Amino acid sequence: MVSAVIAKDLHKYFKDQLAVKNISFSIEEGETFGFLGPNGAGKTTTMRMIQCVSPISRGKLEIMGMDTTKYHREIKSFMGVVPQENNLDGDFTVYENLLVYSRYFDIPRGEADKRIDELLDFVHLLEKRDVMTESLSGGMKRRLVLARALINRPRILILDEPTVGLDPQARHMIWEKLRSLKRQGVTIVITSHYLDEVEKLCDRLVVMDYGKILVQGTPGGVIERFIGSNIIEAENDPAILECLKQKDASYEIMGDIVHIYAANTAEISEYLLMECSFPKITARPATLEDVFLKLTGRRLRE
Amino acid sequence: MNIQGYLKIPSISIRAFKVWQRNRDVFMKDIKLNFLPPLLEPMLYLIALGFGLGKFVESINGVPYVVFIAPALIAVSVMYASFFECSYGSYVRMYYQKIFDAIVATPLTIDDVIAGELLWGATRSMINASIMVPVIGIFGLIDLKYSLLIIPFAFFGGLLFAAIGMCFAAVTPNIMSINYPVLLFITPMFLFSGTFFPIDVLPLPVQYFATAFLPLTHIVNVIRSLAFGVIDSSLLFGIIWVLIVGSILIVISINLMKRRLVV
Ligand SMILES: Nc1ncnc2c1ncn2[C@@H]1O[C@H](COP(=O)(O)OP(=O)(O)OP(=O)(O)O)[C@@H](O)[C@H]1O
Ligand SMILES: [Mg+2]
Repeated sequence: MVSAVIAKDLHKYFKDQLAVKNISFSIEEGETFGFLGPNGAGKTTTMRMIQCVSPISRGKLEIMGMDTTKYHREIKSFMGVVPQENNLDGDFTVYENLLVYSRYFDIPRGEADKRIDELLDFVHLLEKRDVMTESLSGGMKRRLVLARALINRPRILILDEPTVGLDPQARHMIWEKLRSLKRQGVTIVITSHYLDEVEKLCDRLVVMDYGKILVQGTPGGVIERFIGSNIIEAENDPAILECLKQKDASYEIMGDIVHIYAANTAEISEYLLMECSFPKITARPATLEDVFLKLTGRRLRE
Repeated sequence: MNIQGYLKIPSISIRAFKVWQRNRDVFMKDIKLNFLPPLLEPMLYLIALGFGLGKFVESINGVPYVVFIAPALIAVSVMYASFFECSYGSYVRMYYQKIFDAIVATPLTIDDVIAGELLWGATRSMINASIMVPVIGIFGLIDLKYSLLIIPFAFFGGLLFAAIGMCFAAVTPNIMSINYPVLLFITPMFLFSGTFFPIDVLPLPVQYFATAFLPLTHIVNVIRSLAFGVIDSSLLFGIIWVLIVGSILIVISINLMKRRLVV
């Protein structure tokens, strides 16, 4: 079986700036694969190379066994794209947007009309069929971009922050749609800053920073490897730190709270309560967000 | 990019036509509004210049002034239609509407997109010519025998100016800066290409300059010959000039746009 995407020693230069530095990964068919990373990590740059709209600078990139530098037309014909920035055609209505887009894929008119009705139903926009796209809300635009990405019944779907700016209802709706696409065998590549979303949807993920891949694995595996299953939060207080040092516990200071990593949470919370008498500690399951912050630090990216 | 880079032959597929279709569909939405300028503008010029100014400038080289300028008005309209469509128009579609970005995510390439834009620009020129030829014909200002040939020629003349507009759209840092080529290139052409007076009244160096570097000169010559029904070798020279220079500029404009957009 060929992989949906194989990247080997992939590089991307913008003039002299190296935006993607020697990354390798492979995405299997039918898998949902996430790219995480702070602003400027190189996620969009990587997505654009996979989409064959941005030429690779060095290395190798194959989609369904086809080289992106040679077979871009073929690859793009079975790919659907939700770009980070909406780029709907403002000169047209919702329906016309999908129709005009279907022509780029050589979909015959009758078939296109059928698909458009299905898709508008799928993203709950049937009522907005004849409205100009400017008058849609942000969330509706995002849903329309998703519908547009599905017009050619793609085998690979690239989603660059698909749920940005959506209300919880709309996000849940999109997740549900993505799961249903996954059941149909569509390979999904997604970037997102909502880590709960990635944790829920993705089979595997990578965390990128400064153009490099820091980790790869399943969400559970990555959490287990870097944090352990649970995390204890306590107030950042000199007495606590002293106490933790004595116990030789692994912890990290995050502003005004301390994260304590432990395999056996019960044991350590008991110790903290008994020996150090902390009033306020909470134990909770570790999340991807903890991994993300641990790996990429707390500093803001300019 | 070196010279070869600018002259690299683009790989255009038949899908370029989809971009043409997209622009046509937008045009058809406001069809009534879009038809008005090419209908009205020549009439205003004909009345003001032809019949007004024409009272004083009775004839040029033996033809009444209004007959002299009528074909030039078609040529000017051919220039304006495609130049503006592929400079301001394409820039807005590329930069503000992000339409090119959306299209290149489909099986079309940037070469197809730009080719489609150029074809559409040329079509606008042809549409204008097809409105103006009959209107001017009704006034009896053109020889009908060859005048219909002006319409297909307007397409190729349109391609030339579409490519010029696209070159500027590709290199302009922002939309306001397109005003410079309009001021320094398009407006002088409007005035000095044998449009309102024959260029042989200008000093010889200026005449050479106009022939070599002002494409409108050739468009005016060809359309005027067809309108007067004078078929001679200078007509052939004009057509060949337009085709050759047009082809070169199309290639350059696509490569300039690729340099801007393929990152
Ligand atoms: N067209 C471009 N020209 C020059 N530099 C670019 C271009 N696009 C991206 N970059 C640079 O490449 C780096 C990676 O950008 P990219 O857009 O891939 O980040 P990202 O991970 O998608 O970030 P975000 O989460 O903010 O979307 C950044 O430093 C950015 O400034
Ligand atoms: Mg991004």
